[in-house]
This record gives sequence, structure tokens and C-alpha cells, in this order.
Amino acid sequence: MTKTIECEVLVLGGGPGGYIAAIRAGQLGLDTVCVEGQSLGGTCLNVGCIPSKAMIHAGDEFEKVMHFTGENALGISVEKPTLDFKKTVAWKDGIVKRLTGGIGGLFKKNKVRHVAGWGTMVDGKTCEVATEDGTVTVKAKNVILATGSVPVEIPSLPFGGDIISSTEALSLDKVPGKLTVIGGGYIGLELGIAYAKMGSKVTVVEALERVLAQYDKDLTKPVVNNLKKLGITVMTETKAKGLSKDGKSLVVETKDGKEETIKSDKILVTVGRRAKTEGWGLEGLDLTMNGRVVAIDDKCQTSMTGVYAIGDLTGEPMLAHRAMAQGEMVAEIIAGKNRTFDKVSIPAVCFTDPELVTAGLSAEEAKKAGYDIKVDQFPFMANGRAMTMESEDGFVRIVARNDNHMILGIQAVGKGVSELSAAFSLALEMGARLEDIAGTIHAHPTQSEGFQEAALKSLGHALHI
Amino acid sequence: MGVHKIRMPDVGEGITEAEIVEWNVKVGDVVKEDDVLAAVMTDKATVEIPSPVDGTVKEIMGEIGEMTAVGTVIIALEVEGEGNNIPDTPKAEEAPKAEEKAPEPEKAPEPKKAENKPEPKKAPVPKPSAVKAQTGAPRAEGEKPVASPAVRKRAMDAGIKLQYVHGTGPAGRISHEDLDAYISGDSAPVAVGSGRRPNTDVSETRVIGLRRKIAERMQDAKRRIPHITYVEEVDVTDLETLREHLNATKKADQPKLTILPFIMMAMARALKVQPKLSSHYDDDEDMLYTYGAAHIGMAAQTPGGLMVPVVRHAEALDVWGIANEVQRLANAARDGSIKREELTGSTITLSSLGRMGGIVSTPVINSPEVAIVGVNKVAVRPVFQNGGFVPRKIMNLSSSFDHRIVDGYDAAEYIQEIRTLLENPATLFMEV
Repeated sequence: MTKTIECEVLVLGGGPGGYIAAIRAGQLGLDTVCVEGQSLGGTCLNVGCIPSKAMIHAGDEFEKVMHFTGENALGISVEKPTLDFKKTVAWKDGIVKRLTGGIGGLFKKNKVRHVAGWGTMVDGKTCEVATEDGTVTVKAKNVILATGSVPVEIPSLPFGGDIISSTEALSLDKVPGKLTVIGGGYIGLELGIAYAKMGSKVTVVEALERVLAQYDKDLTKPVVNNLKKLGITVMTETKAKGLSKDGKSLVVETKDGKEETIKSDKILVTVGRRAKTEGWGLEGLDLTMNGRVVAIDDKCQTSMTGVYAIGDLTGEPMLAHRAMAQGEMVAEIIAGKNRTFDKVSIPAVCFTDPELVTAGLSAEEAKKAGYDIKVDQFPFMANGRAMTMESEDGFVRIVARNDNHMILGIQAVGKGVSELSAAFSLALEMGARLEDIAGTIHAHPTQSEGFQEAALKSLGHALHI
Repeated sequence: MGVHKIRMPDVGEGITEAEIVEWNVKVGDVVKEDDVLAAVMTDKATVEIPSPVDGTVKEIMGEIGEMTAVGTVIIALEVEGEGNNIPDTPKAEEAPKAEEKAPEPEKAPEPKKAENKPEPKKAPVPKPSAVKAQTGAPRAEGEKPVASPAVRKRAMDAGIKLQYVHGTGPAGRISHEDLDAYISGDSAPVAVGSGRRPNTDVSETRVIGLRRKIAERMQDAKRRIPHITYVEEVDVTDLETLREHLNATKKADQPKLTILPFIMMAMARALKVQPKLSSHYDDDEDMLYTYGAAHIGMAAQTPGGLMVPVVRHAEALDVWGIANEVQRLANAARDGSIKREELTGSTITLSSLGRMGGIVSTPVINSPEVAIVGVNKVAVRPVFQNGGFVPRKIMNLSSSFDHRIVDGYDAAEYIQEIRTLLENPATLFMEV
């Protein structure tokens, strides 16, 4: 059966960029169709942000209890815990289901039609969707491409069997005894730490000279220290070569050129993600590319009129909240509003233990941009709340202009600092100066006081150090 | 204790009103006899008004810049004894009323005109409206405007690019109010791409004193007189040689010669071919007074503005005599010691800006005269002579004439005579 649907807006992809674009378009009264072959929510809800945070939480909780089985400062003693991992995964799946199902509800509420099936663009206005009931042709006045990204594969270690991507790592049937993580970026470390906490013997293999290489050394130091405490082996400047002959070990080449084998029950490859540019007809559209991603302007307009692209398909930073902001904006542009993507800050959070937050410019980026800057940080060691949570590692750091004290960037590392990202981004979007942050009462006792203190310190009068 | 009132003095023959340009005292000041109370400006000169008595300043009635009739009380002093013959004013009574009672206004033409009543004024020039929200810091090239997301969205909805909007907040942040000001047109746009910014300052300067006098005279001259301007170039190579020689061989007590005394000599001599250029034209009476004398006014720049001291009887002076007068008058004009008589009575005027004389100017006739000679700068220029270019010192004369009295031919003849005299400097010194 072939059926043709006509609409004003076609959104190809139901991930965080696509579903937000569809909802907003629906709100604005545009007749909208969203094409998605999987359950709605994309990588983020199904196999990314949300399930990984669930597993991280499970790991945290398990490790916390484990910690109390031995000597501890709090004087708590418990029996050695056990983990019913299948139940853990099922709990995680429940959360995913609730969230993805919720999107379906929001679609209905905003009169967005969901066409379930993988779509292929035939031309800039037409998409053929392979649904269970046959091909559905969607003809649209405007198209929003939001196909997202997929994990990068290493040719010598193709996914399959015990070589897994982050997707599989979130749905294992048991906690692997020996887990080797290839790639010490944020995805690999988040999952590696979670499994280490749940009992895996984890080895991280990183080709560069340090893990989390996109962040500066000071910022990642508390994380690196904690990796050691968690018993995670980190091998830097080490290249993954392939599987051993028996298929049970990973063969690596260390920095001094030696070959070593690492016995592994599972090998998790997290060497990055790439824009999903195949399998949906991009080649037929002949859009201008920016390297391997679709080129867009500040309105997310591609080289073809009426065709927009958002999210991971358009490159770094591949973050759900960026895609969402783009999606919202594009829907408004299609509805006739004048919009450009003018965000000052796309904050990035790394849910390692401790967590990392960056918003705005790093000191290095600010210098490169030609700013005369001052950089100051406040350590959580001097923060009361951090002490009471046994998490004194870390700091808040502010990069500000020397001339007018405008804040250009904020970085933090520490337990739970992900929640500070909102304050950081708000400060940046509002164009706050050091004086604004220093003059804002930050509730005591909270870790957020570290933000105020860092500003005070930069102004030369920190109160607690 | 009594009150001694002081009137606007009679500062010159035929002068009925004068302008107060400066008060040297304020209410409460103790003054001694002969202390200067105020400066008033008449036709051309500034006259100081001394205190006739010892006393304390009780009230000042005249305002700076106000034309005040001669005889009008301008200041009251509290003095020992009875005060002067002007009756005491009851305290409650307003000063202007006291003035109405004042007896014996010798020749005050408008005795009712109180000194602090405003002069009848023309409709005031509308003030530029107070400008709001303009003082944002300039934005460096390529620098992003700082604004909250709500402001950015409003701007986008209104189709406004924020880089053109001034930010008055800290660090140049653009507020809703800044955007309002921009939308309502109260804010000048930011000059993007440079550290330059529009200067929207407006300063108010009352045009008073000498400036007002100059303005009035210029206005009057341009309104009444149909000017014609005639420009001719003069080869002053030989004159300059002579001048250098005279300066090199002059006696110690002789002044250094500039080119002006020579030009004045030539102007005086050339009047022989065009006598009527030394005239006053009274156009109200249709009468032309032509003078045998060459009283040459010389436009001089002073700190307060243009003044025109007069070299009297230039026709009777030699080059040293003129040079002495020029120097003396110029110094007196600059230091303010020039007397009123030295600023009046010219019959023809010479205007010179020296090195800044440019190549052409359009001088304004010093009414009621009928001619003004303008001197432009001396410059070495190539001149084609005897089959080749030679460097010559060339000076232009830009001169204006009252076309009602002076025909183009007359003007040309006068200037040509001056040119011939200057180009053959020996003839300047020959009695004809």
C-alpha cells in the first residue's frame, strides 16, 4: 500500500532535535510530520544521555553501599551488597520507555503526526518512509533534517560479539568481569566508571597522552585521580590493534612500541560519534557539506531552500541541548519568525566521577579570541557543603575579561556540579560581570557558593580562602 | 546705612545702550572705591565700571549679555551713611519698580525698560531634545553585542541587529530600555567597526560681548552690501628682497617689517587713482562720505574674536611708521588694552591671516566702508618668464567691494594699481 501525506513541515528524525522541532512547529500551528524508525527520542533517550545516566546512578549507589562494607568515616556498616544487574537494566529500560512514550503524548497534544519507519529523502521536498504498512510518501514544504549521529567504528575492531558500542553497553545481560574501554573520552569514562563501580575490572585504552583530552589538565585532574581510586587502569598513548587470536583479549601497542594483550570479556569502543549521513538519501540531495557534516548557516539553513539541518548531523558540539535549541529555532523560522542561533553558551557536562562542566570559553579559547583575561578558581576544599558530602575534590573557575570583568567562560569539576551548569549558562547569556555573580547571594551551604567565591576571588576579595 | 545705586554709565558719545559682558563682583562682596565692578561693551570697546564708593554689593540687576540702556541702575551697594540721591527702595518692593521711580535719567531712551526684564526675544531656537541612552561604550570590531536572551529575541522580532544598538549597562550590556531608545529613535546607532562613537554633546554658549558684536556687524554687512570679490596675483619677489634687505639693515629701535606695512602703503597710494574707495556709505541717507585720509582698519585676531584696530592716516606715514602702528595696535588688541578710539573710524580695511592666508578668501566689508583688501599667503610658484619657468614669490590679493558704489572696473583698477606698486617696490617710495 502506498500512501501520500502532504504537510508543511517534515522532520526527519525523532531525536531531541527532531522531536523538539516537531513539537514547536505543532505549537505554532504548522502541519507537521515526524519520521522516525526507532522509538522516539533518538540516541539521547534510547541509547545515550538518559540510559547512561541511569547506569551511572546504579553504579554510584552500588559503590556507595560497597564503600560502607569497609572502614568508613561515617561509621556506617552494611553487609556486602549484591547486584541483580538484569533488574538494573530493566529499571533503566522503564525510564527510557516512560520518556519515549511521553514524546508520543506530546506529539498528539501538539497535533504532530508520527510516521514510524525509516525515511529516505527522494528530493528536497519528498520523503519515502518504509512503514509496517508499506511505503508512505511524505511531501512537505519545509524539511528539517535531524538524523543524528552513530558511534564511530574501528575497522580492525568491528562492532559485534564482545566488541560493543555504547548502545550495547547500556543493555548487557551481566556486569562484565573485565571491561576494556577503547577511547578515554567522556562516553568511555562515564560508562567505564559506572561499570567499575558495579564490579568490573576496567582498563581504558587512550591513543592520546591523556584522557578527556578536550578539557585542560587542571580540570580533569580530579577525575584522573579518582580513576586510580576506583581501580581503573588507564593506558595512554596506546593504540588498539585488534583482537587476539583466541578472541578473548585486546591487542594494543603501548607508547614504547610494545605489543600487549589485555584480557577482556567485553571491549567497549567509544572513539567518538559521527554524523549519520548514510541510509536516508543525503547523497541524492547534493547538499553542501562541511567536511563530513551538513553545512548550515546561523539559521540552520542548508544549501537547499526550505531544507534545514539540526543537531549531530551538523557537527560538533554533538549535544542534545544544542539540537533542541536549533530545532526550536528552525520551527519558529519556518513559522515566519526572525531568528538566528545566537547562543552565547552551549554548556557541556561530563558525568564522570567527579563531574565536569564547561560553559562559554576556556581560558585558551578566550586568549585565542584576542581577549585580555583574568582566570580565577575557588576550590571545593574550602566549601562547607562539599566537605559534608565527602567530595572536596574540584573547583569552580571563571574566565573573565580584564577590562570590563565580563564573564567569558566558566568551568567546574566536582561531585554534582552538573547542576551548576544552569547558573553558569544563565550568567553567560545575561552578559554577567564578575560583580554580578559576586553580588548575588548564593545559598549557604551549597556548592554553588564556589561560583560566587570564584568571582570574589577574581575581584581580589574572596572571603573563604 | 544706605544704598548707593550705580547706573549704566554714558560710555561714549551717541551710545544709548551697552552690553554687560562681565561681573567682577557678586552679592555680598565688599568693594572699595575704584574697584572694578563690571565690564560693559559698547560699539567696539570694552569699558570697565569702577565703584565710586566703598560698600557691600547688595543686589546685581544687570545680566551678562543683556543690552542695557545708559542710565539704568545695574548694581546696588550698601554703604555707610545715606547712600546716593536715588531714593531707598522698600525692602518688599521689587527692584525694577524702584527703577521706575528713579529720577533724572539723563538720556535713557527707554527709562521704563527694567534691567532685568528680558529683551524682546525672537522665538528661541528649539533645543535638541535631551538624548537618552546613548552613552554606551563603543564596541570593538567584531565584538558581539551583550544582551540577555529576552532582549535578543525582542530585537530579532523587531528586525533590529543588536550590533547597532548602544548598550548602557555594565560592560556595554544592552537592556530593554536601550532597545526601546533605539526603536523610538532616541539613540544614535553605534558606529560598528571602529572605536569611534557619535558625540552627541550639545553645549550652550551665549553669544555675547565681542562675539555678538562681530555677529551683528557681519550679519549687517552681508545683508546690506552686495559684495563683489576680485582676486589678483601679485609677484612679490622684488618686494620680499627689499623687505629682507630692510630687515637686515634696520636700526635696533625699528620694528621688524612684515609685508603688511608695504601693502598698506600701496593701498594708501592707490587711493589716488580710486579715491572713493576710502569712503563711508550711509545707505539710509544715500550719502557717500569720501575721505582724503587712508584710515586703514586691520583685521586682527584676538583671544575674544575679530577686532579691527585702525592705522590712522596711513597716507602720511612711512613704512616704519606704519610698521610701528601695526605692531602697537596688534599688541594692544591682543592684551585688551586697546582704546575705543583706536577701534573706530577706519575708512578702508585690510584683512590678513598671514601664513594661514590661503590662496583665495572672500572678505566681508567692514560696513559702512566700501572696500576691503584681503591678503593671501606668499608662496613660491613656478612662473613662465622669458621662455622658461622661474621660481617667483607669488601672493594673491582677494578683495571685496560694495557693488552699489564700486563698479567692477573701479575695483580692478584699484587692485591693479596696488599690484603695480608692489611689483615695483621702488615706486612705493617715490613721491609722485
